[in-house]
Parts: sequence; structure tokens; C-alpha cells
Amino acid sequence: MPTVSMTVNGKAVSGEVESRTLLVQFIREHLELTGTHVGCDTSQCGACVVHVNGEVAKSCTMLAVQAEGANVTTIEGLANGDDLHPMQEAFRNNHGLQCGFCTPGMVMTAVDLANKNKNPSEQQIREGLEGNICRCTGYHNIVKSVAEGARNMGG
Amino acid sequence: MPDGATNTGIGASVKRVEDKRFLTGKGNYVDDINRPGQTYAYILRSPHAHAKINSIDTSAAKSASGVVAVFTGEDMQVGSIPCGWQVDSADGTPMREPGHPALAQGKVRYVGDQVAIVIADTLDQAKDAAEKINVDYTPLKAVVDLRDALADTTLVHDEIETNISYDWAIGDKAEVDAVFDGAAHVTKMDIVNNRLIPNAMEPRAAIGDFDRASGEYTLYTTTQNPHVIRLLMGAFVLSIPEHKLRVVAPDVGGGFGSKIFHYAEEAITTWAAGQIARPIKWTAERSESFITDAHGRDHLSHAELALDANGKFLGLRVETAANMGAYLSTFASAVPTYLHATLLAGVYTTPVIYCNIKAVFTNTVPVDAYRGAGRPEASYLLERLVDRAARETGLDQVDIRRRNFIPSDAFPYQTPVALAYDSGDYEATLSSALKLAEVDGFAARKAEAAGRGKKRGLGYSTYIEACGVAPSAVAGALGARAGLYESAEVRVHPTGSVTVFTGSHSHGQGHETTFAQLVSDQLGIPIENVDISHGDTGKVQFGMGTYGSRSLAVGGEAIVKATDKIISKAKKIAAHVLEASAEDIEFAGGNFTVAGTDRSMAFGEVALTAYVPHNFPHEELEPGLDETAFYDPANFTFPGGCHICEVEVDPDTGTVEVVSFTAVDDVGRVINPMIVEGQVHGGVAQGIGQALLEGCSYDEDGQLLTGSFMDYAMPRAHNLPSFKVATEETLCAHNSLGVKGCGEVGAIGSPPAVINAVVDALADMGVTDVAMPATPQTVWRAIQTAKS
Repeated sequence: MPTVSMTVNGKAVSGEVESRTLLVQFIREHLELTGTHVGCDTSQCGACVVHVNGEVAKSCTMLAVQAEGANVTTIEGLANGDDLHPMQEAFRNNHGLQCGFCTPGMVMTAVDLANKNKNPSEQQIREGLEGNICRCTGYHNIVKSVAEGARNMGG
Repeated sequence: MPDGATNTGIGASVKRVEDKRFLTGKGNYVDDINRPGQTYAYILRSPHAHAKINSIDTSAAKSASGVVAVFTGEDMQVGSIPCGWQVDSADGTPMREPGHPALAQGKVRYVGDQVAIVIADTLDQAKDAAEKINVDYTPLKAVVDLRDALADTTLVHDEIETNISYDWAIGDKAEVDAVFDGAAHVTKMDIVNNRLIPNAMEPRAAIGDFDRASGEYTLYTTTQNPHVIRLLMGAFVLSIPEHKLRVVAPDVGGGFGSKIFHYAEEAITTWAAGQIARPIKWTAERSESFITDAHGRDHLSHAELALDANGKFLGLRVETAANMGAYLSTFASAVPTYLHATLLAGVYTTPVIYCNIKAVFTNTVPVDAYRGAGRPEASYLLERLVDRAARETGLDQVDIRRRNFIPSDAFPYQTPVALAYDSGDYEATLSSALKLAEVDGFAARKAEAAGRGKKRGLGYSTYIEACGVAPSAVAGALGARAGLYESAEVRVHPTGSVTVFTGSHSHGQGHETTFAQLVSDQLGIPIENVDISHGDTGKVQFGMGTYGSRSLAVGGEAIVKATDKIISKAKKIAAHVLEASAEDIEFAGGNFTVAGTDRSMAFGEVALTAYVPHNFPHEELEPGLDETAFYDPANFTFPGGCHICEVEVDPDTGTVEVVSFTAVDDVGRVINPMIVEGQVHGGVAQGIGQALLEGCSYDEDGQLLTGSFMDYAMPRAHNLPSFKVATEETLCAHNSLGVKGCGEVGAIGSPPAVINAVVDALADMGVTDVAMPATPQTVWRAIQTAKS
């Protein structure tokens, strides 16, 4: 079995995986970072979104071996100790989550969206979340959260 | 915030206690749990909608790498998966209830039916081995369409000799027919309530575990009601007594009804764990969820409304065929009858109503409760019918509703279809919604849209629902095979902090916050000192779980009852210490005070006294401060309201845009407005999803055509507007909190508002009806048909 090495949330990690092992399986099962979720099997729902080398990636759509040498950030790597990331704080402040299952992927997508657009409009936020499905919130409060999070990230 | 509310008490938008763990990836969902020595299961499923199984050869799979065991229906000889509600046909015969095996017994009846379980050291090994199983099927003709099933030419279950489970009715048909004979106007419609796939974002999962030393089974499962699963699976399917079966439902990623039911995989993994004495994890892939999670809705109705010359409703008659799928799922039989037909009075004074329901088996996934469960079908039918009646009689959409509203001074109001509404003010929610939706400016907006080539429409829905299920005696008389109370234990710890054990289950609703607000408010202690524990039969005394918007109205009331007991006992303890009579002790702001004096004990001091009972009324009380209560409601609760939708339709492409959606709901007293608004947003999104996007589709052979998120259109952020949401409050008359329930109102009220808006937009083109989901193709076809 191939060995794969990468940096996850600032820590060097490596493990033996099957060549068919997905990045999300490596993160959840090998690294036991279960904040990244699997909500579908067709790369549609976005529950598995992480950052790979600073770009959003659906970790169910990448093989673990494709992330060889990469710098990966998962939801567990976003907060600074007890201090939530501004986007996490904005989701809490605006009731941007209910069951919490889509939330990690939603937040990771939102951080990327805000990194690329400091002051997104409602329309830009809605279009930017196209790859993430939430069944609970109707997106109303997610959209508010992303707008506030983007502002507080220094937009 | 109401007068007197604290910043964490009743009426405050307290930020959620749950959020930090979910936002930092520290949620604990079933698939996040791993047990020592755990194996992984793959379930081999039927590729056929209907087939005879001639033989299953598992020998190659059993000898494959890493495989621990393979079991088929032949191995798993256990009880049938039960249905929780018996409905009798109009002729008095009980519903036909064919066996529902966990693993197929000689026949498969829908694509996705369980055929074998393969258990291996890794999931990949289990999947690889499953490919080596050879099942010899003889495919049989499948019956998929409701109309075909009613013809009984192809039978889903040979042994019952029909596809009709029951043929039920409510109301006096002769009386209703007579009213129609004398009516000034009759509006008639065929109405389809489209089949939906719930799609909670967390796929179902189950881990079965067995402790050989104690003989105890544990099931970790994605359920909304762990005690119900323990009861159904333990007592009916696997014959495991309650004290040897623990069911844990940790964080659950959304339910919407689909996680109420007892599913085969729960029984299979639990049973198989006993066979191999190792834990077994099964997690659905999304494609598997599509073909195994119970679907929702799927009603085919013909409805007729009789009116007098003044637009007053005289009578309603409805014939509905309700798709049950291949087997009766846990609550399936109750949905079209007691949760649909009994809601057909709506918010109107219609004096006589007749409704006939035929529950029909087809070779499709079982159909059961999905957010709203029967009430969305009722509100859609009624509000489409009222909309059509207004158009046919020339009455204004608001006027026809006002003429028929149950007046606010008429409560309690006995409807002709069994339910007795306790409170409501439909004019209040309507007039509030008219303002919030800025209906006065609609004509100008419509004219402006017309200038851009767009057709703008406005649609109304004034709806009611019944929730807070349910008074057990009533439910029992109607065929429920369980009680529908809720329980709570309020455990005060020696230093005054509190753990509440509730039989309700939170899978997104925020009970850890709302219930803590409630207890903090009742006991006058800081909210940080209250923890809510739920979802584990090993911790929680008992519970009926969360569905039917019952958590606050039933589970919350149980908590209030238990805290009342705590306060009553604490008063006696305080009276003893303060050397006063218990009747003279006043409790306010967390302090027990002798009336008219400054002698007082804080809640924490009383708690400590209860557990360190040196100076304690031993002759009267036992030490400790820990009380349990069960609450069985006196009636259903009846939230209602008005939803107004404004759409723009592109007549060239049939594309519908929801430009504005207003929901004014009466959910009774609001404990946490932020959470209530969130529940309404989510429900409305699912309702708009049903109206415009979501439609489950099978081909004639019973293959699911909408089996992934690429084929089944889930609402995404760009499909929806921001919502205008408000509440009007009439208190529930029969619970102490005055609460009604908010979880389903959004999904119940919204679909007819959307479709009524689409029809309004296209009315001047001659369109009178548009089916759900109103996709661009459906709308475009409706326009073309009207033109021709």
C-alpha cells in the first residue's frame, strides 16, 4: 500500500493507504479528524470541503495520494484554541447552523469565499455557496453569517 | 424581548449551546463513533423492484479476504418490522399489514430492499466481497404508479390479494353529497402531492454492538427517537428485553421525519453483532439513502368544494390514494388518515366534510412521515382548492378566506373532522402578513415586471396544522400502538447545577439551548448551570422522541412538570431550615423566602441541604433533589398562519423565481425567537423545494430515476430569497407554557402559497393549474397547453 505524507492543520502526518482511499477517508479514519463529513457520493453536497494548499477542495473527490505533500486545513484547524475564527463566530452569532452536519464544509467554503471577496453581496454569497447543500436553515441565516464573517475577517 | 424577560430566559434569542462543538468539528455523529474491534458492513440490495429470489450463493463472499460473516434472510429468522399505527377500513376490517422482513425472505419488493449483509474487517473488503455474492432472481412485473396499483392486476404482496392496505373514511358521505346537490357553485380539482425524498444531510448509520459477558446489546443509530427504536426493535423484531438493549442516538444530522422510523439496518447490525460478538458499523452512502430512507407525500386526490352564492364553504369531499411503498413503515398508516384527513377543515368553518383514503402498496421505497406529514398534503389540497374557487367565483383571494375563517371568538372550535382547535386568530396572522408582504404595492410591482417581459404573481396560503402529538388516549382510540406522552428527569446536583434528562431528541432543533432557557427561567439559576441530556436509553428514563413538532409542547411540558416537583420539594426543605411553613415560602429569582421577611435560602443552598441532610425534614421527605415527570397532553396543538409568496415567471422559458416570501405564523408562546425563525426558514425552504424543485421519479420498472443530488433537485442557496418571517401569538389553551410548535409550519404553509403565486402570474394566459414541482418544463408546458 502506498504511503502518503502531508501537513494537516499545521502538523506533519503520514499513513499507509490503499490507492483508492479518498482524502476524506484519510482525514476521518486515519487522522480521526471527524469534523469533515461525507454527505453524498457525487461531489454535490460540500459537507467534505477542506482547504488544500489554500484552495477549497471537496475531499471526497480527491484521492489521499493526490494530496501528497499538500498543506491541508480542516474545520478542526480553523479556530485558534478557544477563540473561534471570525467565520465560525459569525455562524454562531447568526444561527447559521442547525443540525451541524453541513456546517464544517459550509464554513470552510465561506472562509474561502471571503478570502476572495472581502465584501460579498447577498447574490455573490448565494452563488458562492452553490456547491454546499444545507437541509435545515433555508440558507437565510447562512447568508447573513457569511456576510458578517467576511466583514469581520477584515473585508 | 417581552417585558420581564431576562437575557437568557423565556423570550430571549439565546445563542445556541450546541454551536461551538458543531463549528469546530467536535460534533459526535454515529459515523464518527468507532468501537474497539469494530467491523464494517455492506448491505447487498435488490437491483429489481419486484423479483423472486431463487437462491443466494454466498460461498465465494464468505471466503473473501477480511470477511467475518455473510448473512441472508435464511440466516436471520426474526420478527417482522412492525407498523406503529393500526388503521381500520371503513367496513371495520383492520388494515392489511403484510410481513416486513429485515432481510428479504424469498422475494424483493423494491429497488434497495435488503438481501444480504457482508461483514468484514474493512468496508472496502465488505464491498469487494459483496460483488462475489450470486443472487438468482426471477424478475417479476413491478407496479409503480398509484393508479396501476389500484387496479390490482399486479400485486406487491400476493398473500393479501390486493394492493390496498386499507380503505378508510371520515365524515358522513350522504350528508356531504346532499350539501353538494344544493350548492350554488362546486369547484373540482385533481391534485397530486408530489413524492419527495427527505435527504437529511447526514446519511443514516448504525453500529450494532454486543457484550458477550453481560449479554447486553448496544445500538448507536441516527434516530429521532431512541426509546421507540428500542421498543420496536427489541420487542417486535429481535426479542431483546429492554434491560439488555441500549439505543444511543448521539448528534444526529437532521431528520425531518425520515429518522423516526425503525429501519431494517438497525435490526440487521444489532442482530449480526450478536452473531459475531463484534461491533458492526454500517453507514449509508447517499445513493443508498435515496433508495432506502422512507420517502414522503405521494398523494393523488380528487377534491370538491361546495360554496353558496356568497362564497361560504358548504362542504368538502375528497378521495385520496396514498402511496405506502412496498411495506408499511412505522407511522405510514397514520399520515394520510389522522394527520391529513383530520386537517381538511383548515382554518375555515366548512360544516361538513367527507374524506376517503385508500392506502396503496407499490414496488417502491416505503413512504412515511416527512416534515409536516399529512398536514402539508391537507393544506396544499385545501389552499389550491380555495384559490381555484376564488378564481371561478370572481372573489378576491383574501376576501374568500376572510368570509370563511373560523372567527377568533369561536374557540374552542370543533371541526367536522374530529379535531377541536383550542386557540387561534387567523385574521391576525393574515393582516400581519399582508403588511409584511407589502401586498398594497403588488399591482405596481406586477406592472413593472410586465415591462421587463416577466409575469408576476401573488399567492396566499392560510393554513393550520395539528402537532404536539399527542393525547395518548385519543391516539390509542385511533389505532396508535404506543402512548405519545413525554418524560423528563430534572436532576439537581448537590451544589445546585442541574442536568435535565429528556425523552425528546434534538437533531438540529437546539433543545440544549431552548430547554436550558426553560429550566433556567423556572429555577432562577444561570443557564450555564443547566445541561440537557438526551438521546441515550442508558441515561434517559424513557421518551417518545422528536417528531410532529412535539418537543416543546410535550417534552417541554414534561420538564416544567418535573421542575414544579423540584420547587415543591425545595420549598419544604427551605421551610424546615427557615423554620416556617411550606405554604409561606415564596420562590422567585432562585431564592426561597419566607413571605414578608428577609429570611431566605438560595436554590444552591437548598440543593446542598437535600444532599447533606443534617438539618432536614426526614420524617416528611427523602434526601436528594431529583424528580421525574411524564406529561401526556390534553389535546393536539394547532399552530397556523398565513404565507404569502410573490414570484416572477419568465413566460418564454417557464422559469420561476421566488422574489419574496412572507411567513407569519402563530406558534404560541415563543421561547427563543432566533431558533423559531430558523425553524420557519428551514421549513419554508423545504416547502419551496417541494413546490418548485423536488420531485421523486421512478420509471415504469420501478428504478429510481432521481437517485442522486445530480438528479434530485435540492434547494440551494441561489434558488431561494431571504425570507420575511414574523409571529403572532395566541397561547395554547391546554399547556402551561402556551406553546404550540414551530418545526413544521414552514413546510406546511408554503407549497400552496408558491403554486398559487405561479398560477396567479399566469392566470391571464389561461393557466389554471401547475403541478409540483413547477420546474421550467412543467410551467412552460402549462403555458403551451393553455395557449392551444
